[in-house]
Amino acid sequence: MNAHTLQGFFAMGGYAAYVWPAYAVFFLVLIADTIAPRLRRRRVLRELRARLARQSVRQDRARQDQARDRPNGQSILTPPSP
Amino acid sequence: MSNWIPLWLHKLGSPPTFYRFAGAVRPWAMALAFLFGAVALYGGLVLAPADYQQGEAYRIIFIHVPSAWMSMFIYAVMGVAAFIALVWRIKLAEVVAMESAPIGAAFTFITLVTGSLWGKPMWGTWWTWDARLTSELVLLFLYLGVIGLYHAFEDRRQGARAAAFLAIIGIINVPIVHFSVNWWNTLHQGSTINLFGQSKISWDMLWPLLCMMLATKFYYIASLFRRVRTDLLALEGGKDWVRRIAESEAGQ
Repeated sequence: MNAHTLQGFFAMGGYAAYVWPAYAVFFLVLIADTIAPRLRRRRVLRELRARLARQSVRQDRARQDQARDRPNGQSILTPPSP
Repeated sequence: MSNWIPLWLHKLGSPPTFYRFAGAVRPWAMALAFLFGAVALYGGLVLAPADYQQGEAYRIIFIHVPSAWMSMFIYAVMGVAAFIALVWRIKLAEVVAMESAPIGAAFTFITLVTGSLWGKPMWGTWWTWDARLTSELVLLFLYLGVIGLYHAFEDRRQGARAAAFLAIIGIINVPIVHFSVNWWNTLHQGSTINLFGQSKISWDMLWPLLCMMLATKFYYIASLFRRVRTDLLALEGGKDWVRRIAESEAGQ
């Protein structure tokens, strides 16, 4: 660095108006690129949990119906085969 | 010869295995990106001397050139992944191709904007329809086309196949971008860095540039892996391994 002061560093030899915006664009775009998938991951997991919750409610209801309709019968909700 | 390498690759191609692998690698890649990036910034902005022709304005090179390399490198990765996805129908290859596109578009955008900010003081214009600049702009449109086509379909995998086809056709543009400065008369300067032979740049300026190149490579790995992990969760939503992750990360 030719300029030995902090002011000289920020002045960039008169090209500050070009150099610093270039670096700003570089970092802002990459920060946006980092944040976007983070938010998407949160949304995907939230939707997944909502779906799982709905499924478990439905399964509970089916189990109750089955217990009422055929107390000694074979389960219609067979566990998934291994 | 043992065949553990193809076996390992085969296993890595399965979504739950890759999800775990990417999760383990990603933080390290991000840390290396920060480390090399910080060193490159210090070397480029503070230690490197001013250019005898361009003064301090040339310092844009330390982000412009690595971004330009990444814009082409990521397109090549996307093209290869798209080819694998179309031929062997591997889900992971589809995801890698589709999730590379936004990162590539980001680097192409950075290349165009920083190039414009560099061109104004050096050439006296923000933009000119010259071979290098125009082909780089076409590269941005190709990335945006791939992203748009992917999201235009209701069915994700159908969209991925259509977009993969476009990505493969677009590969033709990558050598055009690279060789444009040799093939046509252009305002843009020729290559500064030469893999085979003498580079036209002093070591003081070269090492920060190479450091930033490494930083952007590691950044790409980190960003890609984060995106791929999320995409795999969305694509495999009904599977047991995803259910376990959704339940265990309930608070987050």
